[in-house]
Amino acid sequence: MLRFLIKRLLFAVPTLLAVLTVVFVVARIMPGDPAQVIMGDQASAEAIQALRARLGLDRPLWVQYFEFMGGALTGNWGSSMVTGRAVLGEVLNVLPFTIELTFVSVLVGAIIGVPLGVWSALHRNDTIDYVTRIGSLLGLSFPAFVMAIMLLLVFAIQLRWLPVISSGGDGSLADRAKHLVLPAANLGIIMAAYITRVTRSSMLEVLGEDYIRTAHAKGVPSMAVVWRHSLRNALIPVVTVVGLYLGILIGNSVLTEIVFNRPGLGKLIVGALTQRDYTMLQGLMVVYTFIIVVTNLLTDLTYGFIDPRVKYQ
Amino acid sequence: MSAADATAPAQDGGRARAMRQMLRALNANKTSWVGIVTMAVVILIAILAPVLTSHDPLEQNILDKLKGPSAEYVLGTDSYGRDIWARLVYGAQISLWIGTVSIAIAMIIGSIIGMIAGYFGGKLDLVIMQAMDVLLSFPSLILGLMVVAMLGPSIGNLIFAIALTAIPPFARIARAPTVSVKERDYIEACRALGYSHPRILVVHILPNIFPEILVMGSLWLATAIRVEASLSFIGLGVRPPTPTWGGMIREGFEHILDSAWLSIAPSIAILIVVFALNMIGDGLRDVVDPKLKGERGG
Repeated sequence: MLRFLIKRLLFAVPTLLAVLTVVFVVARIMPGDPAQVIMGDQASAEAIQALRARLGLDRPLWVQYFEFMGGALTGNWGSSMVTGRAVLGEVLNVLPFTIELTFVSVLVGAIIGVPLGVWSALHRNDTIDYVTRIGSLLGLSFPAFVMAIMLLLVFAIQLRWLPVISSGGDGSLADRAKHLVLPAANLGIIMAAYITRVTRSSMLEVLGEDYIRTAHAKGVPSMAVVWRHSLRNALIPVVTVVGLYLGILIGNSVLTEIVFNRPGLGKLIVGALTQRDYTMLQGLMVVYTFIIVVTNLLTDLTYGFIDPRVKYQ
Repeated sequence: MSAADATAPAQDGGRARAMRQMLRALNANKTSWVGIVTMAVVILIAILAPVLTSHDPLEQNILDKLKGPSAEYVLGTDSYGRDIWARLVYGAQISLWIGTVSIAIAMIIGSIIGMIAGYFGGKLDLVIMQAMDVLLSFPSLILGLMVVAMLGPSIGNLIFAIALTAIPPFARIARAPTVSVKERDYIEACRALGYSHPRILVVHILPNIFPEILVMGSLWLATAIRVEASLSFIGLGVRPPTPTWGGMIREGFEHILDSAWLSIAPSIAILIVVFALNMIGDGLRDVVDPKLKGERGG
């Protein structure tokens, strides 16, 4: 187990370095001199030169590269070119909001999606199955911001059940939960649509296996066959796919945070992009890369919990 | 590819067989047909835009702003007094254009990359697929955001950004069958006959992987239209006043409290198109290749 973990971590290092290099290159080929952008059109050439020196933009590119790589890996991400505050601090401030949102969404997605997928598979080609399939296809056709706006309209503006803006409040746990309901429901429903479909097809595959027929034949109660014998085996592809959908989830969380005006990485990145805040962008890319690498690792580890036959080698 | 296909002559039969397979898939699946008919209507509406509305989508009529539906303005007007129906219809042209062109580019480049990687194998394969994996590990919306922010929002740059995010999945889809097909006897025979590599790839391997690529294309077209709308909604899409559905929702969202209709109309338009495309792709996929399940982009 430990050896597997170490091996996987070592395997993640080249990916991490490659992505970081891409991030550096991308941030540097952005048109427009960041110093010029920060100072504005009226700034004198000397002032811009001074700022360039302060930001380290006047040094050779390879020095900047190694400094960036070293900084990225040690958590020294510099300070925002716009606000002047430490990038790492800014990121850590909002990171809990994004993690909270995505975690609860995946949970919601699994709680709705897995039983629905199983139910659909057990009633293959019935009306139930048909409705579930069309419904889940509709669910994943929603752009995240469209569903967010619909939820906002119905539950916050028309029914007034929940707050329109999902940040602020008095900071109490109940308050925080209230602000989380709509954004998490938004991401959760879309996630549930994906999970339902994978669970269904994966269940159908398992239900056709010989050992399921054997279990039925030897008189194992149907419920036990479904939940213990089938679902456990069917969940592995589901976990893989949930890991694969992380990219979608991250993209959708950006849109969700914008619609609900909720603090998080998404709002940070859109702000950084529009203001050309290079250091902030670099920092955010590093965070996203870390998140993806860690999630892939977790996905691999989850297999072992679901299926003890998986050997970590 | 099923076992039966493996023994079938690949020569001229390949393309015809691929087409037959697609047609069979369509007949077997009713939802695909619903999707196809819906898309046909949407495409027709986009093409016939000048006939369907007498309004200019850019023409502002400040005296008529935020009007409800009427005989003059079928779906009412936005906050600049522009006709919403006209903007929707012309917006369809832009969404479909950006989606189709970007996915066509991704399909062509991705397939070439994947086929080359699979066909030549070895270190080249390793390097190419590693690069694709790095590209793939970026969430596509974030990658799209970065590219557009870098190059500036224009239709060309949007197409480039969306195509870039869609290339890796096509490369993957094209690579896997190439690896298995290249070992077959008839490819060996082609090599023995001294056919050039490009000829073998295009004439003898491409027809075999074509159905998969086409199915992926329809699924990714849905994604492309969704990403385009998302970028426009964030404000990094085609610049206003050009009508785009995402942009219309963005503008409508500012008036969400009093004129919700402004954002609902384009939302429904996006939903119909993406849903229809997903219905087509999903139906095709079920029949053409069950292995493709789960290969869906964001």
